[in-house]
Amino acid sequence: MKDTPKTLPRYSATFTPEVNAEIRRAAATGIYDIRGGGAKRRVPHFDDLLFLGASMSRYPLEGYRETCSTSVTLGARFAKTPVELAIPVTIAGMSFGALSGQAKEALGRGATLAGTSTTTGDGGMTEEERGHSAKLVYQYLPSRYGMNPRDLRRADAIEIVVGQGAKPGGGGMLLGQKISERVAGMRDLPQGIDQRSACRHPDWTGPDDLEIKILELREITGWQIPIYVKVGAARPYYDTALAAKAGADVVVIDGMQGGTAATQDVFIEHVGLPTLAAIRPAVEALEDLGLRREVQLVVSGGIRSGADVAKAIALGADAVSIGTAALVALGDNDPAWEAEYQALGTTAGAYDDWHEGRDPAGITTQDPDLAARLDPVAAARRLYNYLSVLTLETQTIARACGKSHVRNLEPEDLCALTVEAAAMARVPLAGTSWVPGQVF
Amino acid sequence: MSTLDLAETSLRDVNAALQSLNGTTNQTAWEVLNPRGAHALAVGLDAPVEVRVKGSTGYYCAGMNAEATIHVEGSAGPGVAENMMSGTVVIEGDASQYAGATGHGGLLVVKGNASSRCGISMKGIDIVVHGNIGHMAAFMAQKGNLVVLGDTGEALGDSIYEARLFVRGSVKSLGADCIEKEMRPEHLELLAGLLERAGADATPEEFRRYGSARQLYHFHVDNAGAY
Repeated sequence: MKDTPKTLPRYSATFTPEVNAEIRRAAATGIYDIRGGGAKRRVPHFDDLLFLGASMSRYPLEGYRETCSTSVTLGARFAKTPVELAIPVTIAGMSFGALSGQAKEALGRGATLAGTSTTTGDGGMTEEERGHSAKLVYQYLPSRYGMNPRDLRRADAIEIVVGQGAKPGGGGMLLGQKISERVAGMRDLPQGIDQRSACRHPDWTGPDDLEIKILELREITGWQIPIYVKVGAARPYYDTALAAKAGADVVVIDGMQGGTAATQDVFIEHVGLPTLAAIRPAVEALEDLGLRREVQLVVSGGIRSGADVAKAIALGADAVSIGTAALVALGDNDPAWEAEYQALGTTAGAYDDWHEGRDPAGITTQDPDLAARLDPVAAARRLYNYLSVLTLETQTIARACGKSHVRNLEPEDLCALTVEAAAMARVPLAGTSWVPGQVF
Repeated sequence: MSTLDLAETSLRDVNAALQSLNGTTNQTAWEVLNPRGAHALAVGLDAPVEVRVKGSTGYYCAGMNAEATIHVEGSAGPGVAENMMSGTVVIEGDASQYAGATGHGGLLVVKGNASSRCGISMKGIDIVVHGNIGHMAAFMAQKGNLVVLGDTGEALGDSIYEARLFVRGSVKSLGADCIEKEMRPEHLELLAGLLERAGADATPEEFRRYGSARQLYHFHVDNAGAY
């Protein structure tokens, strides 16, 4: 007798093995998952856009002969000494504490070689990063850990952090494993405690107060250096408009793919906008205020290649900022450490427990032995190489679109592969003249 | 005595004049006339000079002060002496929200009352308030001393770290992880010195001390309700 055919086991598309595993983990521990990095879910992104290139109506530039400039000036609106960068790619804020001193040094060295800026993070300014960063942006965060007027005055710009893309509306927590004696000293906290970073600034609330806070910072620094305002992508039109109205020289918009040192996974994956969705509303806000180009827009969150850089600029960014990609360039999640990643219960490319301080690559740690694994000079060279490639790729695309400066890239150079991306980027769906939501 | 008049001189020029002073200056006594609620007045000073502001100020007066002694002969708006590093700031009248926020050092004296969030996130500053203070004072206070001769509002010392709080009057309620603690001899001695420096007419024995129970120093799910 023949066997009766049976229905094959079928997994739910809703209750996937990953979902069920997380339910079991939550049931066993009673605590949400905390991790580093940005959103891992698939969201509409720069991959969903294409450049059209030159054709009958566009005249390309010769790749190896004709100039395609990449310089950018940030902060000339009010600052006497704006930040002049050779390339439109900056290094995003990442704290000493979250990162090792060697990693901060490597970021400074690599950025300086490439002619761009790096940024402090929660926890104050270290000598490593100030000493090795020709251009250093000093973050002004709710915690004010390590904040002092001396460092403020030796910064090249100030970045008031209202939020970040991984967790708009959230603060932070640096777990005790990473609160070494030095980190604790810089933050005026006991060593080894789980340190909380507030989600709101302690001495201002809302854009009217922010205008006065910016005035105070300008008065303390003699109106010399630019003031950026960084927001997580949430309400980009209004956030950009309010930041510009409050007096920002530069607005930084960080999409949900932008990383964090540590926060709840549910926060990272479910709060905020994809980077792609945030750029055009921010640009529109500046245009409506008559401040386009006078106030620069820096975009971050998921920038990986020169194509991403070029697409962000074409949509209206003056520059982009990278964090996760810079860490990968330094050596984060390198398969060379696979055995150790396996020992931690993960694998190279998926390691995101940066808050635990056990990073085999020696980057997101305060363990002196692990941190010593990262050679700051060699890592800086890798970062420099990577930044060079980003720049060359951006120039390649810009020349193909007939631009003698990358800033001249424009939405008309783009089309979208999906309806969602077309709607978010406000460019036509490929092969059509249809921009979803646009009324003629 | 050198004089700067905000009725005739811009805020930028007033601040620039005061910020240009250093430890070798002979012009150590200054007065600022007609502040009329100006924001960001006398911020970022970095010299052992004395500045008397003849009237009330707006936001962030004496912000990030280092070494200077600044007297406000009036009341001060939000964020007075925010992030102060050292020196002394004295407010003859009342202080608005966030007085002494995130201060790392120095002494802030408020002769009148201070509003909500006084000493929020303080990191080493000493604050003495002769009158009462509002709610959420010393929220996430890390280091330093807050002395209140009057009463406090709700949620005093919420999520406090290692700052010490001394209150002579009533405490409406304590915030998460803030408890009353034993007043030991070293605290009485410390408090006596602060009261003397602040010109306060009180004795240490009249005060009660509050500080961290240190139960929230390590995140644990069983404490989730307290956060």
